[in-house]
Amino acid sequence: MKTNAVNLTETEYLLPGNRACPGCALSLAYRHILKALEGQVIVTVPASCLTVLHGMYPVTSVNVPCVNTPFPSTGASATGLVAGLKALGKKGLTVLAIAGDGGTHDIGIQALSGAAERQEDFIYICYDNEGYMNTGNQRSGSTPLGAISGTTPILGKQQNQKDMTAIMEAHSIPYVATANASYPLDLYEKVRKAKAIEGTRFIHVFTPCPPGWGFPYSDTIKIGELAVKTGWVVLYEVEDGTFRLTSASESIARRGNLRPVRDYLREQGRFKNITEEQINELQDWVNARWSRCLDRATSL
Amino acid sequence: MACDPANTISISSLLKVKGWREIPIGGIIIDAGNSEEYQTGGWRSFRPIWDESKCNNCKVCWIYCPDGSIRVRDGVVAGIDLNYCKGCGICAKECPQGAIEMVEEYKAEEKVRQ
Repeated sequence: MKTNAVNLTETEYLLPGNRACPGCALSLAYRHILKALEGQVIVTVPASCLTVLHGMYPVTSVNVPCVNTPFPSTGASATGLVAGLKALGKKGLTVLAIAGDGGTHDIGIQALSGAAERQEDFIYICYDNEGYMNTGNQRSGSTPLGAISGTTPILGKQQNQKDMTAIMEAHSIPYVATANASYPLDLYEKVRKAKAIEGTRFIHVFTPCPPGWGFPYSDTIKIGELAVKTGWVVLYEVEDGTFRLTSASESIARRGNLRPVRDYLREQGRFKNITEEQINELQDWVNARWSRCLDRATSL
Repeated sequence: MACDPANTISISSLLKVKGWREIPIGGIIIDAGNSEEYQTGGWRSFRPIWDESKCNNCKVCWIYCPDGSIRVRDGVVAGIDLNYCKGCGICAKECPQGAIEMVEEYKAEEKVRQ
């Protein structure tokens, strides 16, 4: 059964009073992730916006168990939690490692790669706000070409982002998916699906950041939707090697109405100094990935 | 004066800071979800005003609210929790019926007084 506004659970696991910025897409995504896992979860979080969201000690804004772990060790921490649960004979609990793009693309990649290679049994969610947002918007491995950040303040970043989902797919893990906070029900269903699978599961969640990217707080959903409509983000899942486009990306592929990436870039302050060549380069990058996805999507 | 122990105690009790004797071993937080004591409504500069007559209970606002500040009871939108709403305005922007309007906080305050 498809999830909709009628059958979505009313129970909240992320409580109000959390310290996320107004209009935070991570807060929205996290709310639906915890709903999908029905509170039967142990969360492990490295240094990230999510630790800020949880609140300053001795405060926590979630009513599920949560472990704070050092920046590079999310994968190792989740491995330990899985081993601990196994040793205690506790069943029915999911271990959820959730880290930002800095904690996944850059600092946490070795622990995550190691855990995925060992096929450890946990869900890893990377929420991608394309920078180190809570420490002052420094560039990360996920910041796109031409974006102004705390450490690339004038010309913008000169390199493009890395495709973390493809890196994780290369580990031959049973479930890899991309999601977007602007499509919370799609995210919800992907987490539900991941919950039922055994082994390392990876979900990459795109979370627009109003203060870091330079757009009004109320536009969070709009920016996330534009990202999908322009092909900047492609919503898909790979289950045991079978690729499938989902949600809005699937309908865009059917209709073939992908919008130019310029529509997405001009809405954000971080791209104010982007050059024409950089826009063309980004458009080529988007086009190449989109055609790769269309080639792989067998159901269309 | 700063070294006076009586002073130190009064300041720490004012800030509700626990000493190392009161903190559980490992610094764990036992009362999960205690962030509810902290009301984020004070961050807001624009207040969402919900018009019940325009609302058709599609619950789009509830799904998109990052803070869970839209109250839903028995499948029906029951209002907005202004103690926690940070005033981002996503609900007003995404509402297909235009049932939520963002009003400047001081104007909303004046409206309430009248």
